[in-house]
Amino acid sequence: MNKIGLLWANLFRSRARTLLTLVSLLVAFLLFILLRTIALVFAGDGFGQASVHRLVVAAKYSIIDSLPISALQQIQAVEGVDAVTHAEWFGGVYQDRANFFPKYPVDPKAYFGLHSELRIEPEQLQAFINTRTGAVAPKALAEKYGWRIGDKIPIQGDIYGKRDGSRDWQFDLVGLYTGLDERTPQIFLMHYDYFDEARDYGEGSTGWFIVRLQDGSRAAEVAQRIDQLFVNSSDPTRTTTEAEQARQFMQQMGDIGLMMNGILGAVFFTILLLTGNTMAQSLRERVPELAVLKTLGFTDAAVSALVLGEAMLLCLLGTALGTALALLVAAAIGPGIAQAIGAFEVRAGTVVAALALSLLLGLAVGAFPAWRARRLSIVDALRKA
Amino acid sequence: MALVRCQDLKKSFVKGRETVDVLDGINLEIRQGDFLALMGPSGSGKTTLLNLIGGLDHPSGGAVEVGDVPLNAMSPRQLAKWRSENIGFVFQFYNLLPVLSAQRNVELPLLLTRLSARQRKANAATALKIVGLEDRAKHKPGELSGGQQQRVAIARAIVADPALLVCDEPTGDLDRDTADEILSLLEVLNREHGKTIIMVTHDPKAAERAAAVLRMDKGRLAQDAA
Repeated sequence: MNKIGLLWANLFRSRARTLLTLVSLLVAFLLFILLRTIALVFAGDGFGQASVHRLVVAAKYSIIDSLPISALQQIQAVEGVDAVTHAEWFGGVYQDRANFFPKYPVDPKAYFGLHSELRIEPEQLQAFINTRTGAVAPKALAEKYGWRIGDKIPIQGDIYGKRDGSRDWQFDLVGLYTGLDERTPQIFLMHYDYFDEARDYGEGSTGWFIVRLQDGSRAAEVAQRIDQLFVNSSDPTRTTTEAEQARQFMQQMGDIGLMMNGILGAVFFTILLLTGNTMAQSLRERVPELAVLKTLGFTDAAVSALVLGEAMLLCLLGTALGTALALLVAAAIGPGIAQAIGAFEVRAGTVVAALALSLLLGLAVGAFPAWRARRLSIVDALRKA
Repeated sequence: MALVRCQDLKKSFVKGRETVDVLDGINLEIRQGDFLALMGPSGSGKTTLLNLIGGLDHPSGGAVEVGDVPLNAMSPRQLAKWRSENIGFVFQFYNLLPVLSAQRNVELPLLLTRLSARQRKANAATALKIVGLEDRAKHKPGELSGGQQQRVAIARAIVADPALLVCDEPTGDLDRDTADEILSLLEVLNREHGKTIIMVTHDPKAAERAAAVLRMDKGRLAQDAA
């Protein structure tokens, strides 16, 4: 036996209590890793395809405001701009609100021309260009809903109705595309011309422009030039990177980072009380034993270190189990979440943060019992034995 | 040759606004190899005297020396190290760690030494053999009888080979027969292994097994002894 063995034996003196505390820690750190991973995505830090070679031009004050489609020609003329296309948030519901996926009306040729990372068979792209009611979907999305080329996809319009007064949109699936990897946003693309002609309001406008740069290192300069172009117009713009635009878009739901941190704060406060109580109870039960250790020659510092070490070991064990489970869960559900929010990958930094939090938690719950153990008087403690 | 020397040893405690003198000027010398029983009514100061000799507490006045080492001058850290090397403690209620096996309980004091894990284990096994419990090494205290637990406690007290054993009512929680076995074991440790033993007891039969008996009352020895 060594001192670690002594620590281990003491930790499991009340197996049920220790196991319950471990389960609580496991759940806390599982939540920490998963929620932090989501929060990082919403912090605009997780879009694999975001590139400084592309910029997004949106309305200055809100991304839900539209811009006139005529601005495209003006942007195209800005020095440093290689190509421009546009897209818009269509909204809409496929069968049920739970079946959420983004739907953009786009210019088929320009959109695929500008997003070279998207792969589509040339004849399918041509069919998309030629078919006004045509639409293309990511392969994974089509597999999910069992769509095949030639299917008619009904979408219930919620933002946009049709001029004929109905809200029933129907698109002909003419092609399937894939991205570079599973993190490719799962966007259902439809023909802008058909959308613009049929919608009940907002004709001649679009949601945002996507700009390909001639030189990625001049992104800031080009962005400034574009915004300058519209500064005194009725539709001022704000030009950002794709990642920033995605982040702003998701932040419409609320401050996700704040929400996640709020949840984690509540979880860890509870864990602090729970683990602190476990350690305090364990210390109370062991006062005579600690006095015996001191009697045998263990110094005050050594006994104090044993108690603190026990708290740290408990927290680290819970963290290790929680992290392992989080990695398993992330591997299992990560691709699904990535399709919905753009990315989902547990980073090494998140695991390191969990470890640091674990050590802090161990210190917080172990410090007071360790201090009490240090101050324990042998004579008084043995008298109570 | 005196192993323990107490000179005008005093100890007082503050209880509320009152100061209680528990030891009131004890003068005592215990020779190496002695087996001494300390008797007296409750509150007479026996355990307090034992605690001071064992370096568990500091006196309020006077001096205590063990093996020519003045304990008064030592810091808590120095005292802890000194205890681990020089004193073996045996308590009335054994005070074993319930989560550890007998073997590991005995090994505890050796964690403070530089012995290798193998050597620690071997020494603990030897100590258990001396007290006749080599076949119970893997049992936890809860799986042992009172007498067996006290034997494990004695093995723990002797495993680091201290010169002095300090025993506070070692048979106080045992039946007559088991108490006799424990007393016989202490006699063997005194006679054959040369351990100096100071034993606090209320039991006259236990005291009879000691080579000398000292009586205490109201913080004083019946007569200062050497």
